[in-house]
Amino acid sequence: MTTATPTTPPPGGGTPPQRGGDSLLAVQEISKAFGDNLAVDRVSLTIERGALVGLIGSNGAGKTTLVNLVSGLFRVDRGRLSFEGRDITHLSVNERIRAGIARSFQLVNLFDHLSVLDNVVLTVFAREGKTRRMLSPAESDVAVHDEAHEVLRQFGLDAKAATLAIELSQGERKLLDIAVACALRPRLLFLDEPTSGVRTREKAPIMDIVTSIVRSGHFTAVIIEHDMDVVFRYSDRIVAMHQGRILADGTPDEIRANDEVTTTLLGEHVHQ
Amino acid sequence: MSAVISVAPRSMMAAWQLWACAAVIAVLAVLPWIIDPFQTLQISYGLIFAVAALGFNLLLGYTGLLSFGHAAFFGTGAYAAALLLKFLGVKSMELYIVGGVGASLLLGVIMGAVCVRYTRIFFSILALALSQVLWSLALKFFWVSGGTDGLRVPTPTLLGGLVEAAADKTAFLAHQYYYYVLVVSLAAVAIMWLMVRSPFGVALQAIRDNEVRAEFVGVRVRRYRFIAFVASAGFTGLAGTLWVPLNGLTTPDILYWPFSGKIVFMAVLGGFRTFLGPIVGAFVYNYLETFAVGYTIYWQLLLGVILVVLVLAMPAGLVGTAIQLFKHSRNPAR
Repeated sequence: MTTATPTTPPPGGGTPPQRGGDSLLAVQEISKAFGDNLAVDRVSLTIERGALVGLIGSNGAGKTTLVNLVSGLFRVDRGRLSFEGRDITHLSVNERIRAGIARSFQLVNLFDHLSVLDNVVLTVFAREGKTRRMLSPAESDVAVHDEAHEVLRQFGLDAKAATLAIELSQGERKLLDIAVACALRPRLLFLDEPTSGVRTREKAPIMDIVTSIVRSGHFTAVIIEHDMDVVFRYSDRIVAMHQGRILADGTPDEIRANDEVTTTLLGEHVHQ
Repeated sequence: MSAVISVAPRSMMAAWQLWACAAVIAVLAVLPWIIDPFQTLQISYGLIFAVAALGFNLLLGYTGLLSFGHAAFFGTGAYAAALLLKFLGVKSMELYIVGGVGASLLLGVIMGAVCVRYTRIFFSILALALSQVLWSLALKFFWVSGGTDGLRVPTPTLLGGLVEAAADKTAFLAHQYYYYVLVVSLAAVAIMWLMVRSPFGVALQAIRDNEVRAEFVGVRVRRYRFIAFVASAGFTGLAGTLWVPLNGLTTPDILYWPFSGKIVFMAVLGGFRTFLGPIVGAFVYNYLETFAVGYTIYWQLLLGVILVVLVLAMPAGLVGTAIQLFKHSRNPAR
């Protein structure tokens, strides 16, 4: 597996973390089938601590299924998942979150009729195990609200704190989706198509904010993205999938130079 | 206007809201001295149904679960009091409440363990089916439940025997018992208010909005649905316990599915998308039913037409519509 540092520093501020053997997530020979369709086929992958990994592939390549398997939405048919050396293969979603794995969703997944602030407040309450409190008003917990405002400030959403999530623009909803995941303070964060459905001019600002926060928060992040400009610009390592298997794994420069990836996934794009 | 209960923007109760609450409580406190006993009893019924509807709405409005089985909890609260009297000779209202709420919570645990595994129509039908089991038990085990004759519950003693039942039952119910119901109902409303605004309440609303995401921020969805179900059962059971001395009799009718439908209707009529909606809906429904019964033998038809028109004209319910109109008057552009 390639672990070289990219030749150019990725945008978004902060310093790209050094990798090299400090494995955070180890995926070992996992498979998942839906009926006769083998969505993920004996995939093995290691994510090093501090990496910002781009996961690419055409529709149906198995990217989202892979994330669903690691995050616990689906159970693996076979194989093993370990996180920070701990076997998480059979842990529930909740247990994986407590272990430090969080995710955002391809289709924005928010609490639409809660305010922007409450989307984050709830997440902080859940992270702190405070949602069991039944008889104290939520607003009385100043520390949680301060933290939620700080998260929203980082994502440029604080001015919309009182707005219902459903009333945000698509770009803002994407940001909030990611903000909610970040509020869990995960050690591994999966971002499933953070710029899909977003206007072109909104993509770079979203990714700048995301990468800046990922780097400053010392998260390890895996970004699934169809927009190759975004992937190649922001990732310091790229994993390419095709038909449920890993086609290639390397730095952006290595992926650009990979003929198989070029033929199968990228077409003319990389030559631009 | 939001489609569902929203806590945005959530803040401490405003001063005007506190004053409004104080004014309503003051009016309720003086009413027995102004209006005739029959009207006072209607207010007692309204308060009791409000507690039942609030309990129900913890599931529908806040957790997104439509229960067609809440008659089971209301009936359990009522029958628990009646059975305490029949088999143990208990006449204390406080013991009735302990027994009624306790039995309802226990039933909530049993039904909840089954029902919250499912959502949507499956949840609704399961709750309905289980409540029908209880109804059939009350109907068939007549040596325990009195069958269709039901069980009589005379006026109880209040406050641990400090207030004895008076010879004039109507006067007792319209004064001493009215104030008892008022205080207990207000306490129940206050507890529910705190509950829905607590972190737990926010978690329930998150589950209602998006259970997958709720799971992915670390909310234990099924566990919280279960707790909400049991709490909802407790509130509705409390209402049943308060209701039975007022009615003087409990029969299997209050365990039957149409009674579950009444509770649903109270919440929908007032507006299940607001905290106040079920309270207002309970009062309005009670008055509609009372006066429809007195007006015509075809009262169900009259009531049905009125309710259909109200729901069609005001899908957000009475309170929801009032809020919409208020917001529109302040900002006609929206």
